Amino acid sequence: MGRKTVLHDLHGALGARMVDFGGWDMPVNYGSQIEEHHRVRRDAGVFDVSHMCVIDLRGPGVRAFLSRLLANDVGKLWKSGKALYSCMLNEAGGVIDDLIVYYQGEQWWRLVVNAGTRDKDLAWMRRCASEWQAELFIIERTDLAILAVQGPQARSRVASLLEAEDREPALSLGAYEARECGLWFVARTGYTGEDGFEVMLPAEEAPSVWRALNAAGVASCGLGARDTLRLEAGMNLYGNDMDEQHHPLESNLAWTVAFEPAQRDFVGRAALERLRSAGVPHKLVGLLLEDRGVLRAHQRVIVAGEGEGEITSGSFSPTLERSIAFARVPRTVTDVVQVEIRGKWLPARVVKLPFVRHGRVLINL
Amino acid sequence: MSQVPAELKYAKSHEWARLLPDGRVEIGITDHAQQALGDLVFVEVPETGRVLEAGAACAVVESVKAASDVYAPIAGTVVEGNAELAATPELINQDCYGRGWLIRVQPASPAALDALLSPEAYAAVLASAEA
Repeated sequence: MGRKTVLHDLHGALGARMVDFGGWDMPVNYGSQIEEHHRVRRDAGVFDVSHMCVIDLRGPGVRAFLSRLLANDVGKLWKSGKALYSCMLNEAGGVIDDLIVYYQGEQWWRLVVNAGTRDKDLAWMRRCASEWQAELFIIERTDLAILAVQGPQARSRVASLLEAEDREPALSLGAYEARECGLWFVARTGYTGEDGFEVMLPAEEAPSVWRALNAAGVASCGLGARDTLRLEAGMNLYGNDMDEQHHPLESNLAWTVAFEPAQRDFVGRAALERLRSAGVPHKLVGLLLEDRGVLRAHQRVIVAGEGEGEITSGSFSPTLERSIAFARVPRTVTDVVQVEIRGKWLPARVVKLPFVRHGRVLINL
Repeated sequence: MSQVPAELKYAKSHEWARLLPDGRVEIGITDHAQQALGDLVFVEVPETGRVLEAGAACAVVESVKAASDVYAPIAGTVVEGNAELAATPELINQDCYGRGWLIRVQPASPAALDALLSPEAYAAVLASAEA
């Protein structure tokens, strides 16, 4: 038996099919993954992502610590309430994890990291903090649940559950902004390519809030739909699309690495600069399968005349009704590759990511 | 709980077989299998004329989650694949014992079905797996 979130019993009562996600017993769907996917694209859905790890950083040394720890630059966070997506690298430039950092005040910052990397992330952060003699506390918030409410109607449905005085400020949040609403932490972030909120709240409140969201018309959605939504949205999954053996520059994450200002010395910087000047031979691209079939992680890819690559994430896209994938391929790839599916080679087209954003298909089918 | 129709025979690997009036056998995957797979999005059936051995992989069903082999419950020759599944694989989710059938075969032996599980025996397999 895996670890359970506070919503485990409710998922069972709602008819969820449970599977193992990084050591956690989590809902993969509540009936139809495709139906849940469409609900998020067209209306609103709620996901239990309480298996992810909330880490609060408090103290005068947090900014300096994160400035060195993260590949993106917390110097961009100058206004309280802003958030930033970043990778946390090792010295070789490999990705230890990807995360979101929320800036609430000079002495109070919050990170949300992946479930499967929780222990190694905390160990790494504690080691760095101690080595650098950083003046801060690292506080793992096991008392919180996280509900990701996503879709074009998501924000208004969440707002209807807030105290009257919190509604307007919550609805006024810009993308990648967050605020405290009583004991809730409401962030306009997500992993679906749709608008929405991620709400961190006291764990004991989560089941009744979930029920209230359902009553307000928000569909219960499993992590299966979350995966197809993020794939369509061109968002990487840690462990599939990047890991400690693959650096951001070959993982479509160069945009998250802040080489400027040049004097900011973050972990992994020297390695990435060496890789960059030597020339990165691979890149991560989007693929659209031309024929019927389903692209899956680890299928072989051939780029004619250039070499081989591999699919890192692949699935059927419910919005496109075609199969899509990310693949790590030779940098010189042009417009078409061949993918091996059960011994047959099928053509796939290289497309610009994302496939879908805010309910709209962004590629030519 | 998944359905196990009384008039069919079953394999432990979650296929069903139905003896048709003309002596041919219709094959599909069970309700338990389609529930476990989730929404089906792609089905690959063997060509007509292919000779199947009992227990050999004979078709592939893919859901949003994963690809899964389907094993021939009996030996025989494929006489028809369900052409409707190419455009509408979800028929397997909607009606796995009816319109969601996969293939029809001419059995190698008239007694082929005898070796398969009865509905009661298959239900017991499911019960022990779910226990």
